[in-house]
Amino acid sequence: MSHFATEVILGAEQNRNGAVIESIEEKNGGTPVVLQDLHKAFGTEKVLDGINLAVGRGETLAVLGRSGTGKSVLLKLIIGLQKPDSGSIRIHGQQLTLLTLTEINKIRKKMGFLFQHAALYDSLTVGQNVAFPLRRHTRMSDPEQRDRVRELLAAVGMDRDLEKMPSDISGGMQKRVGLARALALDPDVLLLDEPTAGLDPISSGEIDELILKLQKERNMASIVVTHDLHSAKTIANRLALLDKGKVVIEGSFEDLEKSDSEFVSEFLKRDS
Amino acid sequence: MRSTIIAAEHTINRFLEWFGELGLFAWQVILAAVSAPFEGREFLRQLDEIGSKSLPLVALAGAAIGAVLSLESRYSLVRFGAKSLLPAAIVFSIIHESGPVITGLVVSGRVGAGIGAELGSMKVTEQIDAIEASAVNPYKLLAVTRILACILMLPLLTLAADFCGVMAGWIADTLVEPISFHQFIHKGFVGASFNDFLAPTFKTAVFGLIIGSIACFQGMRTRGGTEGVGRAATSAVVLSSLFVILADVILVKLILVFFP
Repeated sequence: MSHFATEVILGAEQNRNGAVIESIEEKNGGTPVVLQDLHKAFGTEKVLDGINLAVGRGETLAVLGRSGTGKSVLLKLIIGLQKPDSGSIRIHGQQLTLLTLTEINKIRKKMGFLFQHAALYDSLTVGQNVAFPLRRHTRMSDPEQRDRVRELLAAVGMDRDLEKMPSDISGGMQKRVGLARALALDPDVLLLDEPTAGLDPISSGEIDELILKLQKERNMASIVVTHDLHSAKTIANRLALLDKGKVVIEGSFEDLEKSDSEFVSEFLKRDS
Repeated sequence: MRSTIIAAEHTINRFLEWFGELGLFAWQVILAAVSAPFEGREFLRQLDEIGSKSLPLVALAGAAIGAVLSLESRYSLVRFGAKSLLPAAIVFSIIHESGPVITGLVVSGRVGAGIGAELGSMKVTEQIDAIEASAVNPYKLLAVTRILACILMLPLLTLAADFCGVMAGWIADTLVEPISFHQFIHKGFVGASFNDFLAPTFKTAVFGLIIGSIACFQGMRTRGGTEGVGRAATSAVVLSSLFVILADVILVKLILVFFP
């Protein structure tokens, strides 16, 4: 586990109000993602209840937990698709909740998001899906865009399916294309919502390898929401286990194994 | 009794909530419409989708109304000894009311259902979230383009419906009692002014605004998977048809006041 990660874990345990995380952010010259005391409820149901997390550049944090514990909501809060009830979300030091839509969009251009079911635009081809952010946010010429799309799809092993429609490719292939689209603008922060959910073990393994490879090449801050403990173990430097809206434990897989929490043991036992 | 009051209260709350959400949606759409950049490519695609692809249905509906008007009016006018007024009755009826209303209702059925289902499906499969996550304003890309295309296309489609209606009216008329097209048109437009044609045609731009806005709104607020998509498509058609009819009542009165 990295020195940075250790500091973050200690910080989260020692100081709930986030002062330690702030000092870590300063030391690291701007941690890409810092969440402090994040709360979110839908009606009377509390989904997130005081979440403190931070992810540094080149680091992958896997967020685990039972269904309905707010893992996907957490990602949607980070990219600004939903607003927290209270708490702070800092992306590259900027407080997301205080920004205008135009400012949030500037930050979003530096973030990639892979949705749980890929969320490819079904009226566009695979190539057009990947070109979507390039067409809108870059001044690339059409040939440059085509080359970039080919390069991105080659990175995820989908360059032969450029002209296919999303409905003509499998779920695993859709996730690869979704990943290529998420990487189109060279993001600093990558958010992955259940990248291996619903896939067979071989496809899951391929997606894991792909994420690891991209991490090594691009040095992004990544947050992966997953149910798949095996996948989390493979791709993440750190794991955070959520229950009833709170982070029950945060650390390496070994830290989770050593934990004497009944919930953590039960979670690990069920998954194995 | 108590449960009836609670149910009525609940219905009123939902009704007011719906209007409140529609107001917020309209505000977002206005903000998106007046800020750069304009989604020209998507707008052109929607012009084709809403305009060109609705044309055959609108033309057919217009023609059917023209033919039916000719057959029905002939019977009544012959009874009252006013057969020579038949061309004028057909033309006035079509350009004043039948053409615009039939176009509005046909488009709210075809386009309203299409937009409601398409945006509803995009909503439940997180495609709208994906657009937003890509730093693109979904109101601008999805709603503004569709609403503007509806506003622009409805008057043009009305022209097509009017033309087909008048043509079919003449054909139906001439099959019973031969009359040249030139004579039919001459008798049909006798005493007509430009306002008789312009105001009813342009009122369909308001129908376009209603159809586009309600269909986009119902689509973008879809919840609950495929069942929700079905509900969004149905409610888009029902509500846009209903509001088109209500708007027509108001617009007819306004036209009579401002273009007597």
